[in-house]
Amino acid sequence: MSKQPPSSVLVDIYRRMTRIKQNDERLRSGMRTGRLVMPYYSGRGQECIPAAVSACLEDTDTICTTYRGIHDSIAKGVPLKELWAELAGRATGTCKGKGGPMHITHPASGVMVTTGIVGSSMPIANGLALASQVRGDKRVAVAYFGDGASNIGAFHESLNMASVWKLPVVFVCQNNQYAEHTKYAVCTSAANVADRAMSYSMPGRTVDGNEPLQVHAAAREAIDRARSGLGPTLIEAVTFRFCGHNVGDDDSYMDAGEKEAWMAKDPVPRYRTWLLAQGHATEAQLGGMEADTEREIDEAFKFAMDSPFPDVAELRRDVYSDEVAA
Amino acid sequence: MSATRPPEAAPAGAAATTTAPVADDKITMLQAINWALDDALTNDARVLVFGEDVADPEGGGVSGITRGLSTKHGAMRVRSTPISEQDIVGAAIGAAIAGMRPVAEIMLMNFTAVAMDMIVNHAAKLRFMSGGQTHVPLVIRTMTGAGYSYGGQHADFLEAWFAHTAGLKVVIPSTPADAYGLMLSCIDDDDPCIFVENLPSLRVPPRAPPERGKRVPLGKANVLRSGSDVTVISYSRQVHDAAAVADKLAKDGISVEVIDLRTISPLDMPTLLESVGKTGRALIVHEAVRSFGVGAEIASRLNEELFGKLKSPVLRLGGAFCAVPFSKPLETAFIPGQADIEAAIRKLL
Repeated sequence: MSKQPPSSVLVDIYRRMTRIKQNDERLRSGMRTGRLVMPYYSGRGQECIPAAVSACLEDTDTICTTYRGIHDSIAKGVPLKELWAELAGRATGTCKGKGGPMHITHPASGVMVTTGIVGSSMPIANGLALASQVRGDKRVAVAYFGDGASNIGAFHESLNMASVWKLPVVFVCQNNQYAEHTKYAVCTSAANVADRAMSYSMPGRTVDGNEPLQVHAAAREAIDRARSGLGPTLIEAVTFRFCGHNVGDDDSYMDAGEKEAWMAKDPVPRYRTWLLAQGHATEAQLGGMEADTEREIDEAFKFAMDSPFPDVAELRRDVYSDEVAA
Repeated sequence: MSATRPPEAAPAGAAATTTAPVADDKITMLQAINWALDDALTNDARVLVFGEDVADPEGGGVSGITRGLSTKHGAMRVRSTPISEQDIVGAAIGAAIAGMRPVAEIMLMNFTAVAMDMIVNHAAKLRFMSGGQTHVPLVIRTMTGAGYSYGGQHADFLEAWFAHTAGLKVVIPSTPADAYGLMLSCIDDDDPCIFVENLPSLRVPPRAPPERGKRVPLGKANVLRSGSDVTVISYSRQVHDAAAVADKLAKDGISVEVIDLRTISPLDMPTLLESVGKTGRALIVHEAVRSFGVGAEIASRLNEELFGKLKSPVLRLGGAFCAVPFSKPLETAFIPGQADIEAAIRKLL
């Protein structure tokens, strides 16, 4: 196990976590008030994972994530104005309003693909890693996916191919214990997702996904391993999602009190308390950070609401390199 | 832990072993595609070639299309993959997004069904869904066609599925020169291209070789022979059947114009409209199943644009509405043949 990262890194992880949490709360508020109309697969509760992983990545490293991936994109550095505008379906969004929450893309911050198909982040991450391997550019690709995806064919193909070719990729499973409405144990034959790593001749690590230090240590090791040409790692970060499969979910398939028990140990305030207690940051610092983030979200929300919707002509654009004839 | 390591570059001085022409003035379609891949790999460092069995230790492809390429260009860029169609296409998508020009083989067109999520949900749509921030300049090469008794899962022409999917381009050459030129154009194209190779056409007959480096543009049909009484629109193997029928009917004073589409999507409608506008009669022939096929789309467009000028309804010939059967007489009956083409032309007149 690696030694504890410096305070600056620990605080940076919190910065990303609170950024995710604060955006999530404002997005859900926007939906409740009818300002945002979208399907929303919230990552609230899972903040530690992309925050800690992203703290180990360079700007030139890339991620492929899923419909429950806005937290991954925020942690990686997608700018909030363009993110909010995309979620509001505006022409100024990352994807001109044509992708929406399930397809957030921002190559400048390394968010290369968000997919709405379970499991499909992994084959594409392999391809990004393949390009890096051929070029020798030392970039690492991260594939985010859930516990449900560990049962789909693409997971098995991807881990096998990445292993055989020693691709510079890290597979990060955010195990929030539910595959849509189905409990992990009901549909998965492995006690832990990371146990499957052995079948594909790569290291597998199961960590507490709500403990930033554990996630950071596993991510650091895996990313360094990939970058040095030794190949892939499967990290399983165990966590829980606070807002159901998607916002509007009635949670009826969960056990009584299950979600509440996880929310009672919310990792974001817990880590905040720990940082202060350990002397890694002051209340003024963290409070200032949160206030700045809230202001940034205010501006992003306003930007989105003030932006125009895309022109109908956009139906003919970006289908091919050349515009489709009218 | 396995002892495998990633493929390394070929040792310096490795001999090129690409296939040689059968005669000075003819090559096979197989050789033409090999030449195109070889030239692309030589001239553009971004080009990658991968698929099942494509590298030389595995035989250079089940049909030998990729023979010599891994030896000449190295195992880093020319790789045999596991049997993993989703990942073959997925890896091509990721590499393409990252700026490479991958040419991925899905050995047989029926196996594209295994990778449909990657092809249809991702390759076709990522440019649009990203608002143009990313694009996927990959080529999927795939072989198919009845005639070798492979049966129902190894012979389907499925181009209609991909032509129906916005964001994909679909190319089906009928000659070695077109195969060469279209492959180079597909590799250069910034959009995902499905390149379909007809198995029975790979080796026979050999035809005129291409000019090395000369591209054939996508979206341009070729008027193979001019005529004035009826237009026959086709692609792949059936182009040559149509041409043979045209030769035969010429002796009866029937003048048949034969058009080789070469690209299914985008369709070269101006060429088709000019021809059918002139002849007033059209027949579309393809090996793919007739119902809901490419012929239906073309017939519909011709109808929309030329309704008052048509002398007969547009007709279509296609494969029978069933899986390709095994038994030889059934397999032959499945495919529209020259007798069928002749009968349909006479019906139009």
